[in-house]
Amino acid sequence: MTAPIVIVGAGQAAASFIARHIALGNPQALLLVGDEPHPPYQRPPLSKKYLLGELERERLFIRPLEWYADQGVETRLQTSIVEIRRADKQVVSSAGEVFDYDKLILCTGSHARGLPAEIGGELDGVFTLRSIADIDRMAPEFKAGRHLLIIGGGYIGLEAAAVARQLGLEVTLLEVAERILQRVAAEATSSFFRKLHSDHGVELRESTRLIRLRESGGKVVGAELASGESIDADLVLVGIGGSPNVELAAAAGLDCDNGIRVDATCKTADADIFAAGDCSNFDRNGQQIRLESVQNAADQGDLIAHVLAGQDVTYTALPWFWSDQYDCKLQIVGLNLGHDLTVIRPGSSEASLSVWYYRGQQLLAVDAMNEPKSYAFGRKIIEGGKNPAPEIVADPATDLKSLAMK
Amino acid sequence: MANITWKMEDGSEISVDVKDGLNLMEAATANNVPHIEGECGGCLSCATCHVFVDPEWLAKTGEVDDIEDTMLEMTDVEREDNSRLSCQIIAAPELDGLVLYVPEPE
Repeated sequence: MTAPIVIVGAGQAAASFIARHIALGNPQALLLVGDEPHPPYQRPPLSKKYLLGELERERLFIRPLEWYADQGVETRLQTSIVEIRRADKQVVSSAGEVFDYDKLILCTGSHARGLPAEIGGELDGVFTLRSIADIDRMAPEFKAGRHLLIIGGGYIGLEAAAVARQLGLEVTLLEVAERILQRVAAEATSSFFRKLHSDHGVELRESTRLIRLRESGGKVVGAELASGESIDADLVLVGIGGSPNVELAAAAGLDCDNGIRVDATCKTADADIFAAGDCSNFDRNGQQIRLESVQNAADQGDLIAHVLAGQDVTYTALPWFWSDQYDCKLQIVGLNLGHDLTVIRPGSSEASLSVWYYRGQQLLAVDAMNEPKSYAFGRKIIEGGKNPAPEIVADPATDLKSLAMK
Repeated sequence: MANITWKMEDGSEISVDVKDGLNLMEAATANNVPHIEGECGGCLSCATCHVFVDPEWLAKTGEVDDIEDTMLEMTDVEREDNSRLSCQIIAAPELDGLVLYVPEPE
Protein backbone atom coordinates (compact mmCIF):
# COMPACT_ATOMS: atom_id res chain seq x y z
CA MET A 1 0.00 0.00 0.00
CA THR A 2 1.29 3.46 -0.87
CA ALA A 3 1.99 5.64 2.13
CA PRO A 4 -0.17 8.76 2.48
CA ILE A 5 0.70 12.35 1.77
CA VAL A 6 1.59 13.67 5.21
CA ILE A 7 0.94 17.32 6.02
CA VAL A 8 2.84 18.65 9.03
CA GLY A 9 1.25 21.76 10.51
CA ALA A 10 -2.49 22.37 10.61
CA GLY A 11 -2.86 25.94 9.42
CA GLN A 12 -4.25 27.81 6.45
CA ALA A 13 -1.83 26.25 3.95
CA ALA A 14 -2.75 22.74 5.11
CA ALA A 15 -6.47 23.48 4.91
CA SER A 16 -6.14 24.88 1.43
CA PHE A 17 -4.04 21.96 0.19
CA ILE A 18 -6.48 19.41 1.59
CA ALA A 19 -9.56 21.11 0.14
CA ARG A 20 -8.00 21.34 -3.32
CA HIS A 21 -6.65 17.76 -3.18
CA ILE A 22 -10.18 16.55 -2.51
CA ALA A 23 -11.81 18.87 -5.05
CA LEU A 24 -9.40 17.57 -7.70
CA GLY A 25 -10.45 14.02 -6.91
CA ASN A 26 -6.90 12.88 -6.15
CA PRO A 27 -7.46 9.49 -4.46
CA GLN A 28 -4.20 9.44 -2.51
CA ALA A 29 -4.74 9.22 1.27
CA LEU A 30 -3.93 12.20 3.49
CA LEU A 31 -2.65 12.41 7.05
CA LEU A 32 -2.75 15.82 8.75
CA VAL A 33 -0.55 16.23 11.81
CA GLY A 34 -0.85 19.38 13.94
CA ASP A 35 0.52 20.29 17.33
CA GLU A 36 -2.45 22.39 18.45
CA PRO A 37 -5.72 20.80 19.64
CA HIS A 38 -7.71 22.47 16.81
CA PRO A 39 -8.36 21.75 13.15
CA PRO A 40 -6.87 24.38 10.79
CA TYR A 41 -8.17 27.81 11.75
CA GLN A 42 -8.01 31.40 10.59
CA ARG A 43 -5.39 33.42 12.44
CA PRO A 44 -6.22 36.94 11.22
CA PRO A 45 -9.36 37.27 13.39
CA LEU A 46 -7.34 36.37 16.51
CA SER A 47 -6.06 39.92 16.92
CA LYS A 48 -9.41 41.37 15.86
CA LYS A 49 -12.88 39.89 16.41
CA TYR A 50 -11.78 36.88 18.45
CA LEU A 51 -9.83 39.01 20.94
CA LEU A 52 -12.78 41.39 21.05
CA GLY A 53 -14.97 38.43 22.00
CA GLU A 54 -17.22 38.81 18.97
CA LEU A 55 -16.47 35.47 17.33
CA GLU A 56 -16.88 32.01 18.84
CA ARG A 57 -13.92 29.69 18.55
CA GLU A 58 -15.66 27.26 16.15
CA ARG A 59 -16.18 30.06 13.66
CA LEU A 60 -12.38 30.38 13.40
CA PHE A 61 -12.13 26.84 12.06
CA ILE A 62 -11.71 26.93 8.28
CA ARG A 63 -13.79 23.79 8.12
CA PRO A 64 -15.37 21.92 11.04
CA LEU A 65 -13.35 19.09 12.55
CA GLU A 66 -15.89 16.48 11.35
CA TRP A 67 -15.30 17.59 7.77
CA TYR A 68 -11.85 15.99 7.72
CA ALA A 69 -13.15 12.59 8.83
CA ASP A 70 -16.07 12.90 6.39
CA GLN A 71 -13.55 13.37 3.56
CA GLY A 72 -11.46 10.41 4.72
CA VAL A 73 -8.61 12.66 5.89
CA GLU A 74 -6.87 11.22 8.92
CA THR A 75 -6.01 13.86 11.52
CA ARG A 76 -3.56 13.67 14.39
CA LEU A 77 -3.92 16.78 16.50
CA GLN A 78 -1.82 17.69 19.56
CA THR A 79 0.98 15.81 17.89
CA SER A 80 4.39 17.40 17.38
CA ILE A 81 6.65 16.11 14.65
CA VAL A 82 10.25 16.28 15.82
CA GLU A 83 12.19 14.50 13.09
CA ILE A 84 12.10 13.84 9.36
CA ARG A 85 13.90 10.67 8.25
CA ARG A 86 14.31 11.45 4.59
CA ALA A 87 16.06 8.19 3.67
CA ASP A 88 13.17 6.15 5.09
CA LYS A 89 10.48 8.68 4.12
CA GLN A 90 9.18 8.84 7.66
CA VAL A 91 8.37 11.49 10.23
CA VAL A 92 8.59 10.91 13.96
CA SER A 93 6.46 12.50 16.69
CA SER A 94 7.62 13.66 20.12
CA ALA A 95 5.88 10.57 21.53
CA GLY A 96 8.03 8.37 19.29
CA GLU A 97 5.29 7.50 16.79
CA VAL A 98 6.56 6.93 13.27
CA PHE A 99 4.50 7.86 10.20
CA ASP A 100 5.45 6.83 6.66
CA TYR A 101 4.97 9.37 3.92
CA ASP A 102 4.87 9.21 0.16
CA LYS A 103 5.04 13.00 -0.10
CA LEU A 104 5.59 15.36 2.81
CA ILE A 105 4.18 18.87 2.97
CA LEU A 106 5.66 21.17 5.57
CA CYS A 107 3.15 23.81 6.69
CA THR A 108 4.90 24.56 9.94
CA GLY A 109 4.14 28.27 9.92
CA SER A 110 5.94 30.89 11.94
CA HIS A 111 6.17 31.90 15.56
CA ALA A 112 6.01 35.27 17.26
CA ARG A 113 9.38 36.58 18.38
CA GLY A 114 9.48 37.33 22.07
CA LEU A 115 11.66 39.55 24.20
CA PRO A 116 14.69 37.87 25.77
CA ALA A 117 14.11 36.52 29.28
CA GLU A 118 16.94 38.77 30.59
CA ILE A 119 14.86 41.86 29.89
CA GLY A 120 11.60 40.41 31.15
CA GLY A 121 10.27 38.50 28.17
CA GLU A 122 9.10 35.58 30.31
CA LEU A 123 7.41 37.47 33.14
CA ASP A 124 3.77 36.84 34.00
CA GLY A 125 1.58 39.29 32.14
CA VAL A 126 3.78 39.35 29.02
CA PHE A 127 2.13 37.95 25.91
CA THR A 128 2.70 37.29 22.24
CA LEU A 129 -0.14 36.79 19.80
CA ARG A 130 -0.15 33.98 17.27
CA SER A 131 -2.53 31.20 18.36
CA ILE A 132 -5.92 30.54 19.90
CA ALA A 133 -4.11 29.55 23.10
CA ASP A 134 -2.31 32.93 23.17
CA ILE A 135 -5.63 34.78 22.99
CA ASP A 136 -7.34 32.51 25.50
CA ARG A 137 -4.53 33.31 27.95
CA MET A 138 -4.51 37.00 27.21
CA ALA A 139 -8.20 37.88 26.74
CA PRO A 140 -9.19 37.57 30.44
CA GLU A 141 -6.56 40.24 31.21
CA PHE A 142 -8.07 42.69 28.71
CA LYS A 143 -10.19 44.51 31.29
CA ALA A 144 -11.36 48.11 31.11
CA GLY A 145 -9.13 50.51 32.98
CA ARG A 146 -6.00 48.38 32.84
CA HIS A 147 -2.88 49.70 31.18
CA LEU A 148 -1.63 47.70 28.21
CA LEU A 149 1.87 48.30 26.93
CA ILE A 150 2.45 47.15 23.36
CA ILE A 151 6.00 46.64 22.14
CA GLY A 152 6.14 47.05 18.36
CA GLY A 153 4.12 49.13 15.92
CA GLY A 154 3.44 46.51 13.27
CA TYR A 155 0.03 45.24 12.21
CA ILE A 156 -0.42 42.83 15.13
CA GLY A 157 0.40 45.51 17.69
CA LEU A 158 -1.84 48.06 16.03
CA GLU A 159 -4.76 45.65 15.72
CA ALA A 160 -4.41 44.69 19.38
CA ALA A 161 -4.25 48.37 20.32
CA ALA A 162 -7.54 48.96 18.51
CA VAL A 163 -9.23 46.07 20.31
CA ALA A 164 -7.85 47.17 23.67
CA ARG A 165 -9.17 50.71 23.23
CA GLN A 166 -12.56 49.34 22.23
CA LEU A 167 -12.55 47.32 25.46
CA GLY A 168 -11.64 50.38 27.52
CA LEU A 169 -7.98 49.72 28.31
CA GLU A 170 -5.34 52.44 28.45
CA VAL A 171 -2.83 51.72 25.70
CA THR A 172 0.77 52.82 25.22
CA LEU A 173 2.58 51.56 22.13
CA LEU A 174 6.36 51.72 21.75
CA GLU A 175 8.03 51.63 18.36
CA VAL A 176 11.82 51.65 18.19
CA ALA A 177 11.90 52.88 14.58
CA GLU A 178 11.14 56.45 13.56
CA ARG A 179 7.61 55.53 12.64
CA ILE A 180 5.11 52.71 13.05
CA LEU A 181 4.84 50.29 10.09
CA GLN A 182 8.24 51.55 8.90
CA ARG A 183 9.37 48.14 7.66
CA VAL A 184 6.23 47.45 5.62
CA ALA A 185 4.68 50.72 4.49
CA ALA A 186 5.27 54.23 3.23
CA GLU A 187 5.29 57.33 5.40
CA ALA A 188 1.75 58.24 4.31
CA THR A 189 0.37 54.90 5.48
CA SER A 190 2.21 55.22 8.80
CA SER A 191 0.83 58.73 9.25
CA PHE A 192 -2.70 57.59 8.52
CA PHE A 193 -2.54 54.93 11.24
CA ARG A 194 -0.71 57.20 13.68
CA LYS A 195 -3.60 59.65 13.45
CA LEU A 196 -6.21 56.91 13.64
CA HIS A 197 -4.75 55.52 16.86
CA SER A 198 -4.03 58.91 18.41
CA ASP A 199 -7.63 59.92 17.71
CA HIS A 200 -8.74 56.80 19.57
CA GLY A 201 -6.60 57.63 22.58
CA VAL A 202 -3.58 55.36 22.07
CA GLU A 203 -0.34 56.88 23.30
CA LEU A 204 1.99 56.20 20.39
CA ARG A 205 5.68 56.63 21.05
CA GLU A 206 7.95 56.25 18.05
CA SER A 207 11.77 56.32 18.12
CA THR A 208 11.42 54.88 21.59
CA ARG A 209 13.64 52.07 22.78
CA LEU A 210 12.74 49.65 25.54
CA ILE A 211 15.57 48.78 27.92
CA ARG A 212 13.76 46.23 30.06
CA LEU A 213 10.43 45.32 31.55
CA ARG A 214 10.07 45.92 35.27
CA GLU A 215 8.70 43.27 37.58
CA SER A 216 7.31 42.71 41.00
CA GLY A 217 7.03 39.16 42.32
CA GLY A 218 7.54 37.67 38.88
CA LYS A 219 4.80 39.77 37.28
CA VAL A 220 5.36 42.61 34.87
CA VAL A 221 4.56 46.06 36.29
CA GLY A 222 6.07 48.39 33.73
CA ALA A 223 8.99 49.23 31.52
CA GLU A 224 12.20 51.19 31.57
CA LEU A 225 12.98 53.19 28.44
CA ALA A 226 16.29 54.25 26.91
CA SER A 227 15.38 57.85 27.77
CA GLY A 228 15.61 56.87 31.42
CA GLU A 229 11.87 57.22 31.78
CA SER A 230 9.84 54.54 33.52
CA ILE A 231 6.27 53.69 32.62
CA ASP A 232 3.72 51.53 34.40
CA ALA A 233 1.79 48.70 32.77
CA ASP A 234 -0.52 45.93 33.94
CA LEU A 235 0.16 43.75 30.92
CA VAL A 236 2.48 43.75 27.92
CA LEU A 237 1.98 42.51 24.39
CA VAL A 238 5.10 41.90 22.34
CA GLY A 239 4.47 42.34 18.61
CA ILE A 240 7.93 42.51 17.09
CA GLY A 241 7.49 40.17 14.15
CA GLY A 242 7.63 36.50 13.41
CA SER A 243 10.22 33.89 12.52
CA PRO A 244 9.63 30.86 10.31
CA ASN A 245 9.46 27.43 11.94
CA VAL A 246 12.31 25.74 10.10
CA GLU A 247 14.02 23.65 12.79
CA LEU A 248 12.48 20.39 11.57
CA ALA A 249 13.47 21.03 7.95
CA ALA A 250 16.92 22.34 8.81
CA ALA A 251 17.69 19.33 11.00
CA ALA A 252 16.78 17.12 8.03
CA GLY A 253 19.36 18.90 5.91
CA LEU A 254 16.92 20.91 3.80
CA ASP A 255 18.16 24.30 2.65
CA CYS A 256 16.80 27.00 4.99
CA ASP A 257 17.47 30.72 4.87
CA ASN A 258 14.68 32.85 6.34
CA GLY A 259 12.33 29.96 5.63
CA ILE A 260 12.52 26.63 3.84
CA ARG A 261 13.82 27.23 0.32
CA VAL A 262 11.40 26.03 -2.34
CA ASP A 263 11.17 26.30 -6.12
CA ALA A 264 8.29 27.69 -8.16
CA THR A 265 6.29 24.51 -7.48
CA CYS A 266 6.84 24.85 -3.69
CA LYS A 267 9.17 21.83 -3.79
CA THR A 268 12.31 21.69 -1.67
CA ALA A 269 15.57 20.18 -2.93
CA ASP A 270 14.08 16.82 -1.88
CA ALA A 271 11.60 15.88 -4.62
CA ASP A 272 9.25 14.31 -2.06
CA ILE A 273 9.10 17.29 0.31
CA PHE A 274 7.19 20.53 -0.23
CA ALA A 275 6.74 23.60 1.94
CA ALA A 276 3.93 26.16 1.96
CA GLY A 277 2.88 29.26 3.85
CA ASP A 278 4.76 31.32 6.43
CA CYS A 279 7.59 28.77 6.62
CA SER A 280 8.49 28.84 2.92
CA ASN A 281 11.06 31.02 1.19
CA PHE A 282 10.74 31.42 -2.54
CA ASP A 283 11.85 33.45 -5.53
CA ARG A 284 9.56 36.21 -6.75
CA ASN A 285 10.81 38.15 -9.75
CA GLY A 286 14.42 37.54 -8.77
CA GLN A 287 13.99 38.30 -5.06
CA GLN A 288 14.03 35.64 -2.35
CA ILE A 289 11.04 36.36 -0.15
CA ARG A 290 8.96 34.92 2.64
CA LEU A 291 5.42 36.08 3.29
CA GLU A 292 3.32 35.78 6.41
CA SER A 293 -0.15 36.00 4.95
CA VAL A 294 -3.33 34.06 4.41
CA GLN A 295 -3.15 34.65 0.67
CA ASN A 296 0.31 33.14 0.40
CA ALA A 297 -0.49 30.17 2.62
CA ALA A 298 -3.75 29.42 0.83
CA ASP A 299 -2.36 29.86 -2.67
CA GLN A 300 0.78 27.80 -2.03
CA GLY A 301 -1.25 24.99 -0.43
CA ASP A 302 -3.59 25.08 -3.40
CA LEU A 303 -0.68 25.00 -5.84
CA ILE A 304 0.88 21.92 -4.26
CA ALA A 305 -2.40 20.03 -4.65
CA HIS A 306 -2.33 20.83 -8.37
CA VAL A 307 1.33 19.82 -8.61
CA LEU A 308 0.69 16.49 -6.88
CA ALA A 309 -2.24 15.90 -9.21
CA GLY A 310 0.29 16.02 -12.04
CA GLN A 311 -0.45 19.50 -13.33
CA ASP A 312 2.25 21.72 -14.78
CA VAL A 313 1.77 24.88 -12.69
CA THR A 314 4.02 27.39 -10.96
CA TYR A 315 3.48 29.95 -8.24
CA THR A 316 2.80 33.41 -9.63
CA ALA A 317 0.00 34.64 -7.35
CA LEU A 318 -0.25 38.35 -6.64
CA PRO A 319 0.05 38.94 -2.88
CA TRP A 320 -2.72 40.67 -0.94
CA PHE A 321 -3.26 41.46 2.72
CA TRP A 322 -5.74 43.16 4.98
CA SER A 323 -6.05 44.64 8.44
CA ASP A 324 -9.04 45.91 10.41
CA GLN A 325 -8.53 48.58 13.06
CA TYR A 326 -11.55 50.33 14.64
CA ASP A 327 -13.74 51.21 11.64
CA CYS A 328 -10.82 51.31 9.24
CA LYS A 329 -10.35 48.60 6.67
CA LEU A 330 -6.87 48.47 5.21
CA GLN A 331 -6.48 46.40 2.06
CA ILE A 332 -3.14 45.90 0.36
CA VAL A 333 -2.43 44.41 -3.02
CA GLY A 334 1.03 43.67 -4.39
CA LEU A 335 4.42 43.91 -2.70
CA ASN A 336 6.06 47.29 -2.32
CA LEU A 337 9.55 45.80 -1.99
CA GLY A 338 12.05 47.94 -3.91
CA HIS A 339 9.72 50.87 -4.57
CA ASP A 340 11.30 54.22 -5.34
CA LEU A 341 8.19 56.38 -5.59
CA THR A 342 4.94 56.63 -3.67
CA VAL A 343 1.86 58.48 -4.80
CA ILE A 344 -1.01 59.48 -2.56
CA ARG A 345 -4.50 59.34 -3.95
CA PRO A 346 -6.97 61.28 -1.83
CA GLY A 347 -9.90 59.21 -0.64
CA SER A 348 -13.59 59.76 -1.03
CA SER A 349 -13.74 61.00 2.57
CA GLU A 350 -11.35 62.45 5.13
CA ALA A 351 -10.97 59.03 6.71
CA SER A 352 -9.86 57.37 3.51
CA LEU A 353 -6.75 57.35 1.38
CA SER A 354 -4.70 55.13 -0.89
CA VAL A 355 -0.96 54.93 -1.37
CA TRP A 356 0.41 53.66 -4.68
CA TYR A 357 3.94 52.27 -4.86
CA TYR A 358 6.04 52.45 -8.02
CA ARG A 359 9.47 51.31 -9.10
CA GLY A 360 10.27 53.52 -12.03
CA GLN A 361 7.14 53.44 -14.15
CA GLN A 362 6.04 50.06 -12.82
CA LEU A 363 3.13 49.94 -10.36
CA LEU A 364 4.05 47.48 -7.58
CA ALA A 365 1.46 47.76 -4.84
CA VAL A 366 -1.40 49.72 -3.32
CA ASP A 367 -2.28 50.37 0.34
CA ALA A 368 -5.98 51.24 0.48
CA MET A 369 -7.38 52.69 3.71
CA ASN A 370 -11.19 52.67 3.60
CA GLU A 371 -10.81 52.80 -0.17
CA PRO A 372 -11.98 49.43 -1.50
CA LYS A 373 -12.08 50.85 -5.02
CA SER A 374 -8.34 51.55 -4.95
CA TYR A 375 -7.77 48.02 -3.73
CA ALA A 376 -10.12 46.29 -6.17
CA PHE A 377 -9.16 48.27 -9.24
CA GLY A 378 -5.52 48.53 -8.16
CA ARG A 379 -5.49 44.75 -8.14
CA LYS A 380 -7.02 44.59 -11.61
CA ILE A 381 -4.55 47.19 -12.89
CA ILE A 382 -1.54 45.27 -11.51
CA GLU A 383 -2.88 41.91 -12.68
CA GLY A 384 -3.41 43.40 -16.12
CA GLY A 385 0.22 44.54 -16.21
CA LYS A 386 -0.88 48.11 -16.65
CA ASN A 387 1.22 50.92 -15.28
CA PRO A 388 -0.77 54.14 -15.21
CA ALA A 389 1.37 57.25 -14.78
CA PRO A 390 1.66 58.32 -11.13
CA GLU A 391 0.09 61.72 -11.77
CA ILE A 392 -2.98 60.08 -13.30
CA VAL A 393 -3.45 57.87 -10.25
CA ALA A 394 -2.93 60.83 -7.90
CA ASP A 395 -5.74 62.77 -9.56
CA PRO A 396 -8.93 62.02 -7.61
CA ALA A 397 -10.94 62.78 -10.76
CA THR A 398 -9.40 59.74 -12.50
CA ASP A 399 -11.87 56.89 -12.76
CA LEU A 400 -9.96 53.84 -11.57
CA LYS A 401 -12.36 51.42 -13.17
CA SER A 402 -11.60 52.83 -16.59
CA LEU A 403 -7.85 52.47 -15.90
CA ALA A 404 -8.42 48.83 -14.99
CA MET A 405 -10.48 48.15 -18.12
CA LYS A 406 -8.30 50.03 -20.60
CA MET B 1 -32.24 26.97 10.21
CA ALA B 2 -32.58 27.42 6.45
CA ASN B 3 -32.34 24.91 3.66
CA ILE B 4 -29.96 26.32 1.06
CA THR B 5 -29.36 24.87 -2.40
CA TRP B 6 -26.27 25.56 -4.50
CA LYS B 7 -26.67 24.73 -8.20
CA MET B 8 -23.56 24.14 -10.28
CA GLU B 9 -23.12 24.75 -14.00
CA ASP B 10 -22.85 21.01 -14.67
CA GLY B 11 -26.37 20.54 -13.27
CA SER B 12 -25.30 19.07 -9.94
CA GLU B 13 -26.74 20.44 -6.72
CA ILE B 14 -25.87 20.54 -3.06
CA SER B 15 -28.66 21.12 -0.53
CA VAL B 16 -27.91 21.66 3.14
CA ASP B 17 -29.70 22.84 6.28
CA VAL B 18 -27.64 25.79 7.53
CA LYS B 19 -27.67 26.98 11.13
CA ASP B 20 -28.93 30.53 11.68
CA GLY B 21 -26.14 33.09 11.91
CA LEU B 22 -23.63 31.28 9.71
CA ASN B 23 -22.75 33.02 6.50
CA LEU B 24 -23.28 31.13 3.26
CA MET B 25 -19.57 31.14 2.33
CA GLU B 26 -18.81 29.19 5.52
CA ALA B 27 -21.72 26.87 4.83
CA ALA B 28 -20.54 26.30 1.26
CA THR B 29 -16.93 25.47 2.12
CA ALA B 30 -17.97 23.14 4.93
CA ASN B 31 -20.12 21.27 2.40
CA ASN B 32 -17.63 21.14 -0.50
CA VAL B 33 -19.50 23.46 -2.81
CA PRO B 34 -17.02 23.86 -5.68
CA HIS B 35 -15.53 27.25 -6.63
CA ILE B 36 -16.42 28.86 -3.30
CA GLU B 37 -13.06 29.57 -1.63
CA GLY B 38 -13.60 32.28 0.97
CA GLU B 39 -9.89 32.88 1.41
CA CYS B 40 -10.26 36.07 3.44
CA GLY B 41 -12.67 34.46 5.88
CA GLY B 42 -15.51 36.79 4.99
CA CYS B 43 -13.90 40.20 5.47
CA LEU B 44 -14.56 41.45 1.92
CA SER B 45 -11.02 41.27 0.59
CA CYS B 46 -10.90 38.32 -1.80
CA ALA B 47 -14.15 38.08 -3.80
CA THR B 48 -13.82 34.27 -4.02
CA CYS B 49 -17.30 33.39 -2.75
CA HIS B 50 -19.28 34.87 -5.65
CA VAL B 51 -22.78 33.48 -6.30
CA PHE B 52 -25.76 34.41 -8.43
CA VAL B 53 -28.92 34.56 -6.33
CA ASP B 54 -32.13 33.21 -7.77
CA PRO B 55 -33.85 36.49 -8.72
CA GLU B 56 -36.98 35.59 -6.75
CA TRP B 57 -34.88 35.49 -3.61
CA LEU B 58 -32.68 38.51 -4.23
CA ALA B 59 -34.57 41.00 -2.05
CA LYS B 60 -34.63 38.59 0.92
CA THR B 61 -30.83 38.21 0.92
CA GLY B 62 -30.45 41.86 1.97
CA GLU B 63 -28.76 44.97 0.66
CA VAL B 64 -25.38 45.06 -1.06
CA ASP B 65 -23.26 47.65 0.76
CA ASP B 66 -20.60 49.83 -0.88
CA ILE B 67 -17.65 47.59 -0.06
CA GLU B 68 -19.36 44.45 -1.33
CA ASP B 69 -20.46 46.34 -4.42
CA THR B 70 -16.85 47.33 -5.12
CA MET B 71 -15.47 43.87 -4.38
CA LEU B 72 -17.95 42.37 -6.84
CA GLU B 73 -15.87 44.10 -9.53
CA MET B 74 -13.06 41.68 -8.70
CA THR B 75 -14.85 38.37 -9.21
CA ASP B 76 -13.41 35.79 -11.62
CA VAL B 77 -16.72 35.47 -13.45
CA GLU B 78 -18.17 38.86 -14.32
CA ARG B 79 -20.88 40.15 -12.00
CA GLU B 80 -24.51 40.40 -12.94
CA ASP B 81 -27.49 42.14 -11.34
CA ASN B 82 -28.09 39.18 -9.04
CA SER B 83 -24.46 38.77 -7.93
CA ARG B 84 -23.60 38.55 -4.24
CA LEU B 85 -20.59 37.63 -2.19
CA SER B 86 -22.00 34.76 -0.21
CA CYS B 87 -20.01 35.64 2.93
CA GLN B 88 -22.38 38.59 3.24
CA ILE B 89 -25.55 36.48 3.23
CA ILE B 90 -26.38 35.26 6.72
CA ALA B 91 -28.54 32.17 7.21
CA ALA B 92 -31.91 32.93 8.78
CA PRO B 93 -35.36 31.25 8.74
CA GLU B 94 -36.65 33.59 6.02
CA LEU B 95 -34.00 32.23 3.63
CA ASP B 96 -35.35 28.67 3.92
CA GLY B 97 -35.49 27.35 0.33
CA LEU B 98 -32.93 29.83 -1.09
CA VAL B 99 -31.31 28.80 -4.36
CA LEU B 100 -27.82 30.03 -5.33
CA TYR B 101 -26.11 29.49 -8.68
CA VAL B 102 -22.36 28.96 -8.51
CA PRO B 103 -20.36 30.51 -11.36
CA GLU B 104 -17.52 28.41 -12.69
CA PRO B 105 -14.36 30.30 -13.65
CA GLU B 106 -12.87 29.25 -16.98
